[in-house]
Amino acid sequence: MDNQFLFMLAKLLFVVVALISVVPIMLWVERRGAALMQNRLGPNRAGPFGLLQALADMIKFFWKEDGVPGHVRAVPYLCAPLVSLAPAFMTFAVIPFAGNIIFNNEVFEFQVAHLDVGFLYIFAIASLGVYGIVMAGWASQSAYAMMGALRSASQLMSYELPMGLSVIGVILAAGSFQLQDIVALQSQELFHIGSLSIPKLGIFIQPLGFLIFLTCAFAETNRLPFDLAEGESELIAGYHIEYGAMKFAMFMMAEYINMTTASGLIATLYFGGFQLLPGMHTVLDLIHLTGFEGDCLRAGFQMLSFGLKIAFFMWFFVWVRWTLPRFRYDQLMDLGWKVLMPLAMVNIALTVMLVVYKVI
Amino acid sequence: MLLSKKKGFFTRIYIVEIIQGLAITLKNFFFSRKVTIQYPEERRAYSDRFRGLHYIKATNGVENCTACMLCPTVCPAECIHIEAGEQADKEKYPVRFEIDLLRCCFCGMCEEACPKDAIKLSAIYEMATHSREVLRKDMLLEQRGNK
Ligand code: SF4
Ligand code: SF4
Repeated sequence: MDNQFLFMLAKLLFVVVALISVVPIMLWVERRGAALMQNRLGPNRAGPFGLLQALADMIKFFWKEDGVPGHVRAVPYLCAPLVSLAPAFMTFAVIPFAGNIIFNNEVFEFQVAHLDVGFLYIFAIASLGVYGIVMAGWASQSAYAMMGALRSASQLMSYELPMGLSVIGVILAAGSFQLQDIVALQSQELFHIGSLSIPKLGIFIQPLGFLIFLTCAFAETNRLPFDLAEGESELIAGYHIEYGAMKFAMFMMAEYINMTTASGLIATLYFGGFQLLPGMHTVLDLIHLTGFEGDCLRAGFQMLSFGLKIAFFMWFFVWVRWTLPRFRYDQLMDLGWKVLMPLAMVNIALTVMLVVYKVI
Repeated sequence: MLLSKKKGFFTRIYIVEIIQGLAITLKNFFFSRKVTIQYPEERRAYSDRFRGLHYIKATNGVENCTACMLCPTVCPAECIHIEAGEQADKEKYPVRFEIDLLRCCFCGMCEEACPKDAIKLSAIYEMATHSREVLRKDMLLEQRGNK
């Protein structure tokens, strides 16, 4: 077995473990965050600051009775949680989480799959997630679940388009579909004020695109204010109303992992991906390692800064969830087709002009 | 009636409003006073008139109750069961006095009806048990309050 293969296995393991461990952490963050924003304390009994609450929840999910209601279509009913969980894991594959390191003249990439069509892959797979929801809704044979599934499907339709269009701006600026190239672009200098240099972060060159993408990311991950597929107040729990125990937990895991991927994408496209956070360069220079060790250290710091960026956006998802009320269904459609679509088009036109006149 | 208010451009694109909303939740997150009562350690202070677990008031170790049967009569849930008996120094007394707490609705009518100032509702509200036993006389005689 050569080094590349071993490294690939290590990467796979790392990404899968990292994604799974995001779930309990986010469960805790969400519950405590919600509580604190609503002037409550939230779960604080299990372990320090209630950190073990997620573990307790998981144990509860495992030990609950895993019943299948009599009226469901069993095969799609049982497949649906898997169908929504699998794409959630798959999308993260093309997101680079650190720069390359060189060992024995071999280049090692911190990205599970180096695809030239990086982006298209993400959009293709991410929209598969909705199949899980539709399957769950259809197999549950329940009006609420069906409504949730239908809503989710039409929501996907109206938000996938502006999402795809909003990203075209970044692709135009980078001239590549590859996320590695897009990250590399964002390390260049846009302009400088004195000795302070402002990098070409996506947010600076594509502010409008960023807003559209952010909005669509919320819709894509079925999070509030766009969680119409769940809609506790009108659909009770929507598509997963007939699910319990671990099957329900799998839908929840899929939601959180989708959130991680969405955060990773936002960070990669608009906030420089794994580029070091301000100040980290100074630390690296202070430690001053060269060669392979230096590379490893740099990769470690890059992973850390990418992790921090993702963490911020995960927190942002939670923050928005407990701030904004849910959209009404027609308002949601209006926003998607009548506001975000035209804005995304305008954004493309503007970017094309800027690229042609070599401003960015 | 549905009224549509004319909103300004900035209100309509929502972005400013959303940022204001986010600021409010963030302020709450960090600075608001948390209203949670951490139950086993802290308890909510109830009024003295709170109607909780019953007890029969005793004077000098003898229950005040004379088994007059007014409380089982008035009880809307019909959950008081009394068996009266006689004693040398006290004409009538309850041999058996049971309250089925699972049926009781804590209305306090028994307390109001009692002519002997015997049956009382204390301020105790933690009544969860592992069994469905009724509240017997020996339990009732435990002095749970000073009403
Ligand atoms: S509180 Fe009301 S319901 Fe309960 S025993 Fe007294 S009279 Fe009956
Ligand atoms: S009303 Fe008072 S005295 Fe009469 S039976 Fe009930 S508790 Fe005893």
